[in-house]
Amino acid sequence: MSARANILRSSAAHAILIAYTILALYPVFLIVINSMKSRRAIFNEPLALPTRETFDLVGFHTVLEQGNFLLYFQNSLIVTLASLFLVLLFGAMAAFALAEYRFRGNLLMGLYLALGIMIPIRLGTVAILEIMVAANLVNTLTSLVLVYTAQGLPLAVFILAEFMRQVSDDLKNAARIDGLSEYRIFFTIALPLVRPALATVAVFTMIPIWNDLWFPLILAPSDATKTLTLGSQIFLGQYVTNWNAVLAALTLAIFPVVVLYLIFSRQLIRGITRGAVK
Amino acid sequence: MPRPRTTRRPIRRHIVVFLAPAVLIYTAIMIIPLFGTLNLSLFTRGEGNTREFVGLANFVTLFTDPRWSSAFWNATWNNLWFFIVHMLVQNPIGIALAAILSSPRLRFAAFYRSAIFIPAILSFVIVGFVWRLILSPLWGVAPNMMDAIGIGDWFSPWLGQESSALTTLALISVWQFVGIPMMLIYAALLSIPDEVLEAAEMDGITGASQFWKIKLPLILPTIGIVSILTFVGNFNAFDLIYVVQGALAGPNYSTDILGSLLFRTFFGFQLQLGDPHMGATVATVMFFIILAGVSLYLFGIQTRMRRYQF
Repeated sequence: MSARANILRSSAAHAILIAYTILALYPVFLIVINSMKSRRAIFNEPLALPTRETFDLVGFHTVLEQGNFLLYFQNSLIVTLASLFLVLLFGAMAAFALAEYRFRGNLLMGLYLALGIMIPIRLGTVAILEIMVAANLVNTLTSLVLVYTAQGLPLAVFILAEFMRQVSDDLKNAARIDGLSEYRIFFTIALPLVRPALATVAVFTMIPIWNDLWFPLILAPSDATKTLTLGSQIFLGQYVTNWNAVLAALTLAIFPVVVLYLIFSRQLIRGITRGAVK
Repeated sequence: MPRPRTTRRPIRRHIVVFLAPAVLIYTAIMIIPLFGTLNLSLFTRGEGNTREFVGLANFVTLFTDPRWSSAFWNATWNNLWFFIVHMLVQNPIGIALAAILSSPRLRFAAFYRSAIFIPAILSFVIVGFVWRLILSPLWGVAPNMMDAIGIGDWFSPWLGQESSALTTLALISVWQFVGIPMMLIYAALLSIPDEVLEAAEMDGITGASQFWKIKLPLILPTIGIVSILTFVGNFNAFDLIYVVQGALAGPNYSTDILGSLLFRTFFGFQLQLGDPHMGATVATVMFFIILAGVSLYLFGIQTRMRRYQF
């Protein structure tokens, strides 16, 4: 291939990728810049960056005064972190058992736990609500944590078991000879060695939990237990004509997710490209 | 690899301890409710709040009673169209982007990859509202931009028209999730060994024909996985419709899909009361649709697909 054709090809590739990157990011960018403008500027010059004359944070004031966003944010954080902790701990324990020990029904147990990867937990909602009503857990964060833990476990066990199989047997057997219990082996040898996989699973588990609207809407819609996603959905519905407030609320909702993503994106991409899904 | 038998003690309580929490939570919150829901669909509310067994009567009602069946079939066809748009637009774009990204010695590949993936991490609430605002004739961003490139006349309030609302929503969803097929296929393309590609180049197969003749057949299994993930995701979708069009999936139910129908049936809306048994019936139908799709993939497609070991 001649050098000229090569340059042509690579600039075509860049042109397409830049065009698509703009398509992916521009809508978000547009919302963020307009959230910092006065109402008049939002309508007159929607595509312009905020200038000294048009800069206005009135939307953010409305959001912070009217909405309970701090509480919603706290609820989301509690639910996400608690579910994440339980998914990682219980998922890693089950994965260790499946990868480490031979026992009757090992394969069957693995298949049973993998069922939930393909069948969405939402289809059980009617009965889940009945259970939560019976257990008096409606409108509690606990109900959400339980549901999200169950939702996250199948994929976590599946991925972590793959990695647990790669932990060196010699290491574990040496520990056994030294008299360490199986629990100590799990916590002090296996768990630290699969830390990269834990981080990947964490990212995969976290995003759908943080963004979910269905279960907060059904299991915990009370004002004290609203998550950020549900809270902003309701706020946006109420303030639909107050453009400053809507744009500011969207910007506030985008911000934490994108920051988290920028921190974890290398982990996430490495996790996907390692070929966990074959 | 032969694995040395690790423990020989007769009682191995720790296996139970390791497995119990995951299995208990998973069984109690996921499996039992799933079958509980399937079971609920066989009952109806009798007099004085009792449960009456009615067999498959709820399904007959759902499929044939005019009060239910029109809504149900409408939602099913809409859902199918929603899926078709994803298969025709999202996955080809994802494959194309992945193919470009994986070209050797491409600079800034990591930046493009991360940027294009960003919409996929945003919640439906954000994505739905962002597009509602941008497509709103009130704000005028979309018409102005289209004016700027001379196609302003083509603009119409797509989300408000029965004929275009569903397709518009499907395209919004495509915009959001195109990063996922892109990433999975990108990973598959990277795992093709260099020797295979070098051998192809020796035979004079380069550029586009290399993609069609060598790479595409090798990544077919991944495309299969992407398709089944798309299928499950689409037939379980709800949030985007609810955020943009509300529980009534307007205008005039033209964007109603099975997820939003399930929500309305189960919870009720406006004057109609929620009905857990009919809700469970809709959920059961969704379960069987998804099960059928997954089984078709597992037994019909995946086993026939040729896999190559490197």
